[in-house]
Amino acid sequence: MRPAWSVVLLTTLLGAGQGLFLALYGADLSDAARGRASLAPVFVAAAAIGSLALAAAGLAASFLHLGRPERAWRSAAMWRTSWLAREVIALPLFMALVALYGVLHWLGQLQAALVAGALAAAVCVALFVCTGMIYACLKFLQEWHSPLTVLNFILLGCASGLTAATALAASLDPALETGYGVAALVALALAAASRAASLMRNAGLRPLSSLQTAIGVKHPHIAQKAQGAMGGSFNTREFFHGAGAARLAGVRWFFAAAAFVAPAALLALGLPSAAFLVQFAGLLAERWHFFAEARHPQNLYYQAIS
Amino acid sequence: MTQLALVIDLNVCVGCHACVTSCKEWNTQGEAGPLSDQNPYGKDPSGTFFNRVQTFEVGQFPDTQTVHFPKSCLHCEDPPCVPVCPTGASHKRAEDGIVLVDYDKCIGCKYCAWACPYGARELDEAQKVMKKCTLCVDRIYDVALAERDRKPACVLACPTSARLFGDIHDPQSEVSIAIREQGGYALMPEWGTHPANHYLPRRRTEARVREEDLQRFDNPLKVDGLLPKPATGEPALDDVTSW
Amino acid sequence: MIPAANAHTEVRNTTCYMCACRCGIRVHLRDGKVRYIDGNPEHPLNQGVICAKGASGIMKQYSPARLTRPLRRRAGAERGAGEFEPISWDEAFDLLEKRLAKIRATDPKRFALFTGRDQMQALTGLFARQFGTPNYAAHGGLCSVNMAAGMIYTIGGSFWEFGGPDLERAKLFVMLGTAEDHHSNPLKIALAKFKRHGGRFVSVNPVRTGYSAIADEWVPIRSGTDGAFLLAVLHEVVARGLYDREFVARYTNGGHLVVCDQGSARDGLLARTPGAPESDTDWPPAQLWWDRHTQRAVPTHSEGADPHLFGEFRLDDGTRVKPAFQLLADRVKAYTPEWAEDLTGIAAATIRRLAHEMGITARDQRIELPIAWTDCWGKEHPTVTGNPVAFHAMRGLAAHSNGFHTVRALAILMSLLGTIDRPGGFRHRAPFPRAIPPAAKTPNSPDAVKPNTPLPGLALGWPAAPEQLFVDDEGRPVRIDKGFSWEHPLSVHGLMHNVITNAWRGDPYRLDTLLIFMANMAWNSAMNTAEVRRMLNDRGEDGEYRIPFLVVCDAFQSEMTAFADLVLPDTTYLERHDVMSLLDRPISEFDGPVDAVRVPVVPPTGECKPFQEVLIELGSRLQLPVFCNPDGSRKFRDYPDFIVRYETEPGSGIGFLAGWRGAGGEKSMRGEPNPAQWDRYAANNCVYHHQLAPSYQYMRNWNRGYMEWAQRARIRRYGDPVIIHLYSEVLQRFRMAAEGRRPGRQPPQALRQRVATYFDPLPFHYAPLELQATDSRKYPLAAITQRPMAMYHSWDSQNAWLRQIHAHNYLFVNPRTARAAGVADGDWIWVESQWGKVRCMARFSEAVEPGTVWTWNAIGKAPGAWGLAPGANESREGFLLNHLISEELPQSGGARMSNSDPVTGQAGWYDVRVRIYRAADDEPKRSWPQFDAVGVAPGTGAQA
Ligand SMILES: Nc1nc2c(c(=O)[nH]1)N[C@H]1C(S)=C(S)[C@@H](COP(=O)(O)OP(=O)(O)OC[C@H]3O[C@@H](n4cnc5c(=O)[nH]c(N)nc54)[C@H](O)[C@@H]3O)O[C@H]1N2
Ligand SMILES: Nc1nc2c(c(=O)[nH]1)N[C@H]1C(S)=C(S)[C@@H](COP(=O)(O)OP(=O)(O)OC[C@H]3O[C@@H](n4cnc5c(=O)[nH]c(N)nc54)[C@H](O)[C@@H]3O)O[C@H]1N2
Ligand code: SF4
Ligand code: SF4
Ligand code: SF4
Ligand code: SF4
Ligand code: SF4
Ligand SMILES: [Mo]
Repeated sequence: MRPAWSVVLLTTLLGAGQGLFLALYGADLSDAARGRASLAPVFVAAAAIGSLALAAAGLAASFLHLGRPERAWRSAAMWRTSWLAREVIALPLFMALVALYGVLHWLGQLQAALVAGALAAAVCVALFVCTGMIYACLKFLQEWHSPLTVLNFILLGCASGLTAATALAASLDPALETGYGVAALVALALAAASRAASLMRNAGLRPLSSLQTAIGVKHPHIAQKAQGAMGGSFNTREFFHGAGAARLAGVRWFFAAAAFVAPAALLALGLPSAAFLVQFAGLLAERWHFFAEARHPQNLYYQAIS
Repeated sequence: MTQLALVIDLNVCVGCHACVTSCKEWNTQGEAGPLSDQNPYGKDPSGTFFNRVQTFEVGQFPDTQTVHFPKSCLHCEDPPCVPVCPTGASHKRAEDGIVLVDYDKCIGCKYCAWACPYGARELDEAQKVMKKCTLCVDRIYDVALAERDRKPACVLACPTSARLFGDIHDPQSEVSIAIREQGGYALMPEWGTHPANHYLPRRRTEARVREEDLQRFDNPLKVDGLLPKPATGEPALDDVTSW
Repeated sequence: MIPAANAHTEVRNTTCYMCACRCGIRVHLRDGKVRYIDGNPEHPLNQGVICAKGASGIMKQYSPARLTRPLRRRAGAERGAGEFEPISWDEAFDLLEKRLAKIRATDPKRFALFTGRDQMQALTGLFARQFGTPNYAAHGGLCSVNMAAGMIYTIGGSFWEFGGPDLERAKLFVMLGTAEDHHSNPLKIALAKFKRHGGRFVSVNPVRTGYSAIADEWVPIRSGTDGAFLLAVLHEVVARGLYDREFVARYTNGGHLVVCDQGSARDGLLARTPGAPESDTDWPPAQLWWDRHTQRAVPTHSEGADPHLFGEFRLDDGTRVKPAFQLLADRVKAYTPEWAEDLTGIAAATIRRLAHEMGITARDQRIELPIAWTDCWGKEHPTVTGNPVAFHAMRGLAAHSNGFHTVRALAILMSLLGTIDRPGGFRHRAPFPRAIPPAAKTPNSPDAVKPNTPLPGLALGWPAAPEQLFVDDEGRPVRIDKGFSWEHPLSVHGLMHNVITNAWRGDPYRLDTLLIFMANMAWNSAMNTAEVRRMLNDRGEDGEYRIPFLVVCDAFQSEMTAFADLVLPDTTYLERHDVMSLLDRPISEFDGPVDAVRVPVVPPTGECKPFQEVLIELGSRLQLPVFCNPDGSRKFRDYPDFIVRYETEPGSGIGFLAGWRGAGGEKSMRGEPNPAQWDRYAANNCVYHHQLAPSYQYMRNWNRGYMEWAQRARIRRYGDPVIIHLYSEVLQRFRMAAEGRRPGRQPPQALRQRVATYFDPLPFHYAPLELQATDSRKYPLAAITQRPMAMYHSWDSQNAWLRQIHAHNYLFVNPRTARAAGVADGDWIWVESQWGKVRCMARFSEAVEPGTVWTWNAIGKAPGAWGLAPGANESREGFLLNHLISEELPQSGGARMSNSDPVTGQAGWYDVRVRIYRAADDEPKRSWPQFDAVGVAPGTGAQA
């Protein structure tokens, strides 16, 4: 697939926003469990607003992806069948609940906030699942068609959200910094493991479709000579990134370093803001790779011009 | 239940692209249109087409087949492009199985195109909505047209009549018979999409020349005395045997 | 766009001209704009189907490349720069009238009219003849004259318009050297039916594209060697007795006795009854058979006689004679399949198998139709027999300088198999069959060209003997293209490919005005394109252009228009009247003559004017006799009026259109003019189809009923049978002249050997002339082109839809060949011949024979032409193979001669040999040569 920047941004921003909220709510919850109300309000406000801002930025990016953004309101209609429609419902709901949670916190309605937060957390997880399933449900995109896709979205989102939370805590609520830092490192490790697992899985994938099945001719030597349109078409623009294997591998190394190793080191060094920025850049690369790595079978039909 | 479809006979398709431009021409001025073109007179011209003819080479010299391969939306019976559509713009009609896009609903999210393994959908760059073959739904039911003309534009255009059109659920239809009797197959069966469109394979008529056909009593060389006769003087059984 | 409820929609029938196939189309208009074009189901040719081009007619009609105003080269601007100022038609006509009147009053041959993909040669030819210039031809000489001449000089008919394979009944179809051809849609319709009926389709071609894709067997052949293949097949057919003896004996000259007596002055001519005049035709029957029953010479076709096909006999006067068939058998004896294997690259076993298959299918799958007919000798036949083996061939055979003899070999093979004008074989289309050769002749001396006088004869004809060449007493050519001269005696379609070079060099003389209609001679129909472009722009010592005045009539801003001094904007086919006449190239079917018309469905764009109207206006202004009343006043209001009222001779009843003649439209073929004729065509799908009675539909070369009908219809003057010329006495006459064995005209010394060699009365194989002059170790690969089905020559790059299918082109190379040259798929490479080189991209293909490379024809374009933006792929990545091809071959002694078939003058496009190598990594990724961009002509809709 050709990574669309709108979608790369959408999923990374949204993931960070979701992760940040979960981090916030997690702290809140454990705080409450210990019967305390020790979170610095400024931290809660910043984290909630941060989460909302990230989600809103993601939402904005998603509009860039639409041909007809003015009709975006229609896109919830088919929630019964479409993960995209479900995401479209889940995202605003998530944002509304986070806002509600934040407002309740701000008003000091901590119990009510906890309830709203629980709802928001549930929707947040659902949103992760929706986003992941948008990709994972496409069975002929074999690289995506795996539970690992959903898991990765969740873990990567949590990791970036926790890193962001660590950074926020560092200045606004230092008491939380260490806990968040540790949690972030754990999330990073889990995300790295799961992402590595998906990379390994994908490296071993054998495409089920081939030129033989694409045109229904059984012969070991088939080569396309003409795709029917020399100047290209939607099909040649949308489904292939145009990058070579070397660039793909380069991006892979970059995101392994930038999304996992470097943030972990920076976190360990106590530089969470830098960790977040580096990690976000790494995640953009990770998401780019996620798209680029997926080999769409339609490309079998669009390989050569002459 | 009716399932309309095209059956494409690769045995006679010569790759002329008549179906390609006829489709464009009909649909750009009809209900599915206009189908825009980008850089029509400049570098890398491209545009929205519902049907493309591709060329493949099969085998190695000298045993090479050149396969011309027309492809449009296959109107899958289990179309992955439909359930994913968030707006319901992409839908499969119950009455005839045609998969259509409602341009008024489409938001241009391209998700359906991602969900089509066949690369049969195209986002119109001008209108920013998803488009694809409509099976000429605005022709085939149009009673203002002569009966003969109520067929897809590409089918009427095709000089080799390589494009058959009909209901593949009706076992007596031309298309069902062709699929049954000529080995019609579906593309990428591995995804369970059950494309309604089918393809008929190449068939090869072999020469049948038997040696005895070459040696014939009525060989014209005989008339001119040119079929070799052994000289009577040559040895024969008569000389050595008495039965 | 959903039609507005009040939109006015309308359907009008006319005839397509996105190519020369001429299908019937229905043009759907909405509020006067063309919205949709589909095939007319009622049309006999295409039966409702259409092709990629035809269905893209809208984009031609509304193309930004269209010329819409007459243009004059801006004073001071160089030719080729394309700098024009618009002028009015009045100015254009005044300019032309003055110039042409002066030429006509002094030396009419200094005006030349050459036309490209012209479908109205009857009118353009008439204009030239009335003007008095011999310098007229259409594109046939550079296109496929070998096919026309090789067939017509052998069987009295040819492929495409004049005949074709009867695939409805054939069982075996052998197609040689055809990619797309003119009969596009009908051939596709027929081929599909044929395959569905279980027919076997064999394609002989170095390349497998288009139709060949669906062939049951692809026989890859080395380019230029089909003669060897066909002769080897003939060898096998004769040796195995697989010919149709009855057919050969009665309908060909195989049984006719040929004088084989070195002492005789008639050696090599057909023996004739003593005292019989030597005639061009085979009638009256003065030629002889050696009768098997009576064992003596008898006039051919004597009642009860049956000729020996083999043997050697002595006439009463002691002359030694042999049946022509014996000579043919002698000729093909050495052409064994093993011999051909080395040349063609086709295994001897394959050649043998194919020969056997042809012979056995023809013999054993014979068809008898219960159709009684009478032959020209009065014999009644209760049935029509068919030997269901059909052939088709085109430029793959024609476009070689050995093509004439290759095509002769094919026509002879078809004849030996007994497939001529029979069901399942080759079928004629009216007005063919014609005499061998047809009666039309050119004048035969320079005296024919006189000031203010029409040419007494046709500019193009069919020579039967040296006396009919169009040369002066020294044997020098009269025509600018040297047609009908000793260099190319049977150049029955002229040599358009040499006009510009000859005129530039002033050999044989200089022109004053060259009018080019519908030909892109500055690009894809020129061999040696870059050089031709230079010649067009070259000035003599006097500072004047060597070709002083160049007029181009085109519908688009092509590469050619840039060189014009005067551009005449033509209408499109949707805007004008046209006729596809029996006087020219009709769309006849096997079952009888069909002619057709085009009627305007939309008004002309801008100031476009049909070229026909231009000719009639000019003819009237120049007082050319047929266009004027006796008092000198203008005779015809316009072209439609001309079509209705013109008769070939006063009162002949023969005009351009054969349908609905007679005052009330009650007559056909001939009859008085009918003022309502156009309406009748318009109301009848624009076609007139005259179906012949079934008994006149077959065996027409020898069918008395048909011949009598043809005489009544004035398709033929004489009703004599057309005997197939296995042995060509016509060729022998030229050879004898060259050998000095014949009174009358003889070739100039320098050409004697050439004429003697190539005017062999029997087919033979030789390497194409260019190959004879090429170091094939240095240039080992044949380079050829194919017609893409979705593009017509250079026309369609202005078409927004078609150019998305072919925006630029690659050179296709067999991977084996490519790897040996260090070339990878997609590499930029150089292709080099001894004449020039081009840089282009390579594409691997397993569907090409390793000794051949190929590309799509005419996809590459010059920048600025065709309404394309400067960065268009056509000019940046596209290329033209023509830069590698020479229009001339050097001769010994520094002379140069056309790179053409020595018999017919057919351009040897496919003879060029090349080598390929990788372009250096630092070279620009762009095709070479590149030309300066030409500006946008005023009146076109293109943007710079
Ligand atoms: N769509 C479309 N149709 C056209 C045209 C067009 O431009 N576009 N042009 C029209 C015109 S003007 C013409 S003349 C006709 C020409 O019609 P074709 O003769 O079909 O045209 P070419 O493409 O020249 O095809 C020649 C074929 O001969 C093969 N060939 C080359 N050399 C040899 C050889 O030595 N032996 C054999 N056996 N084969 C050989 C080539 O590989 C090619 O397949 O088409 C007409 N029809
Ligand atoms: N390398 C290579 N070269 C070849 C060939 C090949 O096979 N290989 N084939 C050769 C053959 S067979 C042929 S016939 C020639 C064809 O060569 P041309 O006849 O020169 O080629 P076209 O591109 O058809 O160009 C004809 C011109 O007609 C114009 N035209 C189109 N429609 C109209 C109209 O309605 N009115 C007027 N007035 N003009 C119009 C076009 O704009 C174009 O400029 O090419 C030859 N050149
Ligand atoms: S071919 Fe593609 S677009 Fe058409 S129905 Fe099937 S999945 Fe949908
Ligand atoms: S592009 Fe249009 S049709 Fe396709 S999924 Fe999106 S809304 Fe549905
Ligand atoms: S059925 Fe209609 S829309 Fe579909 S490919 Fe054919 S012409 Fe195009
Ligand atoms: S129109 Fe028919 S023959 Fe031509 S490419 Fe399409 S399917 Fe094939
Ligand atoms: S074959 Fe030629 S005449 Fe017929 S529809 Fe196509 S372009 Fe028109
Ligand atoms: Mo041609």
